[in-house]
Amino acid sequence: MTSTAPPDSVMHRSDPARIAVAFTRVLRGAGMKVPTSCTHTFADALCELGLDDRSNTYWAGRATLARRPEDIEIFDRAFAVFFDGRTAPLDLVDDEPLSITIAVDTDDDDDDDGAESGEANDDPTIELRFSSTEVLRHKDFAQYSDDELQHAHDLMSQLRLVGSPRSSLRLEPSKRMTPKPDIRRTMQTAIRSGGEPIERHFRRPSTRLRRLVLLLDVSGSMEPYARALLRFVHAAVAGRQKVEAFALGTRLTRITRELGSRDPDVALSAASERVTDWSGGTRLGDGLREFNDQWGVRGLARNSIVVILSDGWDRGDPDELSEQMERMHRVTHRLVWVNPLKVTPGYAPLARGMAAALPHVDHFVEGHSIAAMEELTRVIGQ
Amino acid sequence: MTPDDVSTALSNQGYLPDEGIATSVFLAMTLKRPLLLEGEAGVGKTELAKALAAATGGELIRLQCYEGIDVSQAVYDWDYARQLLHLRAAEATGETQTMSSTDLENEVYGERFMVKRALLRALEPVEGPPPVLLIDEVDRADDEFEAYLLEVLSDFQITVPEVGVFRAEKPPLVVLTSNRTRDVHDALKRRCLYHWVDHPGFEREVAIVKLRVPGVADELAEQVARAVEALRRLNLYKPPGVAETIDWANALGRLGATALDERVVSNTLGAVLKYREDHQRVEQHGVASIVKEAFEKGLLNG
Repeated sequence: MTSTAPPDSVMHRSDPARIAVAFTRVLRGAGMKVPTSCTHTFADALCELGLDDRSNTYWAGRATLARRPEDIEIFDRAFAVFFDGRTAPLDLVDDEPLSITIAVDTDDDDDDDGAESGEANDDPTIELRFSSTEVLRHKDFAQYSDDELQHAHDLMSQLRLVGSPRSSLRLEPSKRMTPKPDIRRTMQTAIRSGGEPIERHFRRPSTRLRRLVLLLDVSGSMEPYARALLRFVHAAVAGRQKVEAFALGTRLTRITRELGSRDPDVALSAASERVTDWSGGTRLGDGLREFNDQWGVRGLARNSIVVILSDGWDRGDPDELSEQMERMHRVTHRLVWVNPLKVTPGYAPLARGMAAALPHVDHFVEGHSIAAMEELTRVIGQ
Repeated sequence: MTPDDVSTALSNQGYLPDEGIATSVFLAMTLKRPLLLEGEAGVGKTELAKALAAATGGELIRLQCYEGIDVSQAVYDWDYARQLLHLRAAEATGETQTMSSTDLENEVYGERFMVKRALLRALEPVEGPPPVLLIDEVDRADDEFEAYLLEVLSDFQITVPEVGVFRAEKPPLVVLTSNRTRDVHDALKRRCLYHWVDHPGFEREVAIVKLRVPGVADELAEQVARAVEALRRLNLYKPPGVAETIDWANALGRLGATALDERVVSNTLGAVLKYREDHQRVEQHGVASIVKEAFEKGLLNG
């Protein structure tokens, strides 16, 4: 996506990636099939060409998104609606939740974004077009309505959770010379050349994605966030392989299977049913101990990226929590703690649990909004 | 044959199965289904396969799984060095001039240049009893390999594109083990009989120690089994398994101990506990109290 990480909310306003995603959604709503890879290419194209010139933007989109002659008409109509601000035929943006009105009415973002709104982009239309999404991106999960939760889920499904790769024992053909000869292929070419191994082939270790383990705190204090975060966890489980999900409450519940369904409603209700201790107390230390004993240290967390989504409010023994975090940290590749309260002004990790856990965490990130989830996605993919 | 016969046969090989294990093994043999064993590390899953091979007289063929294991390591590979030598020889004698490259290829990719790995070897014709195929720690292999196993385990046949189909006349007795680091796929579980192997009860553990540690005094065997029971209750990172119990009894035997005392337990804890934290926990709890427990219960029982 962007070459530099967005340092703050200012950049999100005209972030080509956001525009690309939003526009792609309009296209899909209009019935065009757009693979995610094309969205990425479009975003890259926008980065290259900028958003100042209509014609540039148009061709950036045409070249990257339309792939069949039939697509062009849809593309043109959608472009007119999205970028030129023309009124759309209703069927075009039928189930498209993006709209201007919400954006203008919502004032959540005004405080921090107001100053930049004039200079962010010359064309105010573009800003308005995706700003409902924009507003939602920075809105605190705790203030979400049900509809917004739904929309947030869509946005989260678009996050590409790519864990960092690690080298595997498997070998793949290499074009360069390596210490590992590929005798099989060398043999095959030797047969063709009458037995003379003239051409030599080599192999090199292939790479595989690291496993991602998500531990979601579902205790009472996390209630405002757990609903939204569970959607993030679902998007992660449904979106890629090698993701494991657990709910941490008064006890540990594995919810990977329940979240496996692509249908978010089915998945979320299955997971909710499985977890019997929603909004109960928290004994993070015990939960993590159970995770370590039953799954983590045995192998699940080994060399994986483990993400704990919790506010760190813990009624249990801080020493136990600290010990279990240390234990987990020893086997994981990276240990990430996502705390929805971190964004609160003046937040200091004073909760006993949080303070006990922090020394063993590789990354401590926010977790209150979609934008924070995007940042998390970036951290995971590092 | 009955589960009791299985039990006797295994006992004769130094493996004392409980009823559940004996029945599962019996079923695996009669239904010709693979047996998937899960359980804590050190409860004797791998040991069972070894004892089974010894009891049936079949060869034990072991496939240790790991992440990234693939067909060339589990099923077959080609002996490239010999293939190349053969090619060079054919070239030197001028044979390559007269042969087409297809013929040459057929010759080089023949069975005689094949290196058969565990899975393929398990399907080979045998004179005597069928082999025991141990697929160890299947949970460590990745999904692709598990999917490959499905085909092998349901039909007991393997297709090698260059050579043809290998089909077992006598299907091997298959034992899969898993430490549950992740879920084994349902499809694989469906094809297997499943048994969860637990820590043995006190009587059986004493019997195992007596059987596996030659010359151990009855009293010491009982004390060790009781002490291990006490340790398992301490909520350790790695509660001792049967393997550790045997190691410990062995270690005590080597040191000439005839009964547990605080000093000898402290000196030999490394045979039982494998984590620094577990050592600390036991020290906090007090080695003396564990020794005491091992003795007291013995007296009560005696």
